[in-house]
Amino acid sequence: MSALLSVQGLSVEFNTYGQTNQVLHDVSLDVPAHAQIALVGESGSGKSVTMKAIMGLLRQPPARITGGRIFYDGRDLLQLPDAERVALRGTAMSMVFQDPMSSLNPVFTIADQMGTILKYADRRLGRVRNARDRMLRVHEVLAQVRMREPDRVSASYPIMLSGGMRQRVLIAMALLSEPALLIADEPGTALDVTTQAQILKLLKDLVTQRGLALLMITHNLGVVRETANYVYVMSKGRVVEQGETAAIFDAPQSDYTRALIAAVPRLTGGTRYRTVVP
Amino acid sequence: MEFLSFLIRRILWSALVLVGLSMVIFFIARVVPGDPARMALGPRASAEQVAALQASLGLDRPLIEQYQLFLVGLSQGDLGRSLLTERAVNDDIRETFAATFELVCFTVFLAFSLGVPLGVVAAYWKDRWPDTAVRIFAILAAVTPSFFLALLLQLLAGYVLHILPTTGRLPHEMEFVAGTTGLMLIDSLLAGRLDVFGQALRHLLLPGIALAAATMGQMARITRASMIDVSRQDYIEAARAFGVPEFLRVTKYMLRPSFVPPLTIMGLEFASLIGGAFVVELVFAWPGMAAYGIRTILQKDLNAVMGVVMVSGAFFVMVNLLIDVLVGFVDPRVRIRGRR
Amino acid sequence: MSAVEPLSNAYQNWYRFSRNPTAVIGLGIVVLCILAAIFAPWITPYPDHVGAVVDFRSRHLPPSAEHWFGTDNVGRDILTRVIFGMRISLELAFVVLGIAIPVGTALGIIAGYFGGWTEVIIMRITDIALAIPPLVMALAVAAVLSPDLINSMLAIASLWWTWHTRLIYSITRQLRTQEFVEAAETLGASKFHILFREILPNCVSAIAVKTSLDCGFVILIGASLSFLGLGIQPPTPDLGTMVAQGAGFLPENWWQSIFPGCAILFLALGFNLLGDGLRDLFDVEDVR
Repeated sequence: MSALLSVQGLSVEFNTYGQTNQVLHDVSLDVPAHAQIALVGESGSGKSVTMKAIMGLLRQPPARITGGRIFYDGRDLLQLPDAERVALRGTAMSMVFQDPMSSLNPVFTIADQMGTILKYADRRLGRVRNARDRMLRVHEVLAQVRMREPDRVSASYPIMLSGGMRQRVLIAMALLSEPALLIADEPGTALDVTTQAQILKLLKDLVTQRGLALLMITHNLGVVRETANYVYVMSKGRVVEQGETAAIFDAPQSDYTRALIAAVPRLTGGTRYRTVVP
Repeated sequence: MEFLSFLIRRILWSALVLVGLSMVIFFIARVVPGDPARMALGPRASAEQVAALQASLGLDRPLIEQYQLFLVGLSQGDLGRSLLTERAVNDDIRETFAATFELVCFTVFLAFSLGVPLGVVAAYWKDRWPDTAVRIFAILAAVTPSFFLALLLQLLAGYVLHILPTTGRLPHEMEFVAGTTGLMLIDSLLAGRLDVFGQALRHLLLPGIALAAATMGQMARITRASMIDVSRQDYIEAARAFGVPEFLRVTKYMLRPSFVPPLTIMGLEFASLIGGAFVVELVFAWPGMAAYGIRTILQKDLNAVMGVVMVSGAFFVMVNLLIDVLVGFVDPRVRIRGRR
Repeated sequence: MSAVEPLSNAYQNWYRFSRNPTAVIGLGIVVLCILAAIFAPWITPYPDHVGAVVDFRSRHLPPSAEHWFGTDNVGRDILTRVIFGMRISLELAFVVLGIAIPVGTALGIIAGYFGGWTEVIIMRITDIALAIPPLVMALAVAAVLSPDLINSMLAIASLWWTWHTRLIYSITRQLRTQEFVEAAETLGASKFHILFREILPNCVSAIAVKTSLDCGFVILIGASLSFLGLGIQPPTPDLGTMVAQGAGFLPENWWQSIFPGCAILFLALGFNLLGDGLRDLFDVEDVR
């Protein structure tokens, strides 16, 4: 079975202050339909760039895709004309953003923002819905992310909501048009640990109930253990290791992965591996 | 509801600022060396005349009492008597304020309605020729002294091209007294005199442009910076990720949050507008407060000067209050938290 | 990421600054004008025309080889007077800012750091002072004292510090909550040390930008004041006064007003471009 999303040999370079840096070297990863995949790495490893390249959000310049292909549902996204690429956003693949504080437009209500997104997604899908039906769908999705009073939330401005609620709104936005692939960018890192746990559980439930494919970008190994079946480890722009979650944690092959795992503080003291980060 | 409490807080604050302003003005005028009565009457007046004037001005009473009198008069709208014209300062100012007010309002309208769109254009076509053109315009407008621009415009449009009038509010021959509001544009429409309206507008153009140019440039720059800033925000990127079309992103999602800085700066710019109005009025022989203010200053007519300063200051405070309210209306964060 | 050679801060700053053509032009203009002002007595063709010199045979001569900017209504060389006029304008700017910046910065830092009643009192006074349009204040002072350059300077300076106070105050408030300040406090640093060695250096870029822009604005306001007749009195050359005097002779003897006016524009332009360039360089947002 070929994967829903397949990145093959992706290479990207960046040009800043007159200097060019190779940011991604020949990165490959697959996300099968209905699977939950994690992309792990520290800051600067290139995981965000990979994610942006998949979503088509990389600005070129200063970035430049120098090689590779990104297949979605059999089509190479990098060869698609812009209009078709844009058509996929929100409808086929959706992003759940990292920072709920800054990802919502502060001067418009939730209803306004979600309604607008839905309206244009409908247009791209060729579906017709009137304003009232749109609001019904908005409230429906807000209920799915476990908001108790969807109509009050939708009438609010972002500043009136708590961080956890805002993150749930972001998830709801991603689900509006029933995408097949959800890309979660460090979900919940901007929140406190308890709220983050709730959000992650919500994500996992939603994904399993709806059979969505999930690509989770994170630097938090605990999150990986909880939510992913398969892991890709990135360092300095390359995929250094990949495998099933359990296998990676029990028997890491690369030095980097070992160091990453060793870096996690343990309650019971002592590290399993003594290595130096390469 | 939260908007109402926001409004009340702002109004109370403005009132406090006005009181503070009156104190500052008053003490400057009174606590400075020199005898206003002597200055007004000149060196040849006799001692009794000076004393009499001092008594009538209340200068022989203790300072605090003088201030109280001043405040009482102020609250009743009485600004004292002008030593120069020997009329109530109120009357002097009322006649001239309307002209200044109309000029300044027209200027603000020009600056905002032309400056903001220019800024949007510059931001959208960043680093390409429209952006460069707008930025050049903005810089030149900001560094040209308004009196110099006024002179240049007068020269160009008036003397060289002969297309626009160079002095006054109406042509000399035209008879029209702005009665109801004191504003030519409005009164002429109310009276149904379109010919007056046309002439009044023509006469407003040159002084308006001269005064508005610098502020227009500022508006364009601030709007441009603000739009660029907003365009970099995560929520715009998020909208892009959700497939919201670019046209809508720019005209709706970016524009509304971008409005606040130009509005705020407009309030601050207003101070220089009032000052600039003085200069422009002189060049175009506009019958506003400027001529009156300058004359009374040179004659050291303190009541009149204080009147002019208080009125200018009050005008400034009112405009800023209005702007605060507008900002609160546009940006919910300000309404709820009192800041962004 | 692959290996990136770290560039030194100064080199990076200069690289970025020099990439910006307008900023470099601004710097050039400012340096040129300051040098011209300093060396005025030596580089001007008719240095004595600064005083009460009258030469009616040479009045209203148009621009020529002997008089690049022409002569005015009493025969004085305008080029010389313009250069000396720039000197006066620069002096005005430096004196006003020399008072306003230290006062404003000190008040702003104190208000921002100590908070409480100090903050309330200082900032409320600042708000009230900001409510007075500067030109109007200068007019009021001119009414009370006699109109001359020093009084104008004092009048403007007495209001100008408020802008700096507000700016430094907002920066200090933001910095106050940052960790390096807390770290210094925990280590027992004295208040003095924290204010001057931790917070102040972080304000420097904003101060630099604002100072440069302010020079331009102060020069413009000073010129407006003297245009109105409230600045320095003749025969000392002052750009605003010269424009005013020449206005009566427009449009025939245009050079008497136009050249001084352009000089004001030139000076203000230089400072503005420089300030903008610095602002882009340091990426400071809140400075106007």
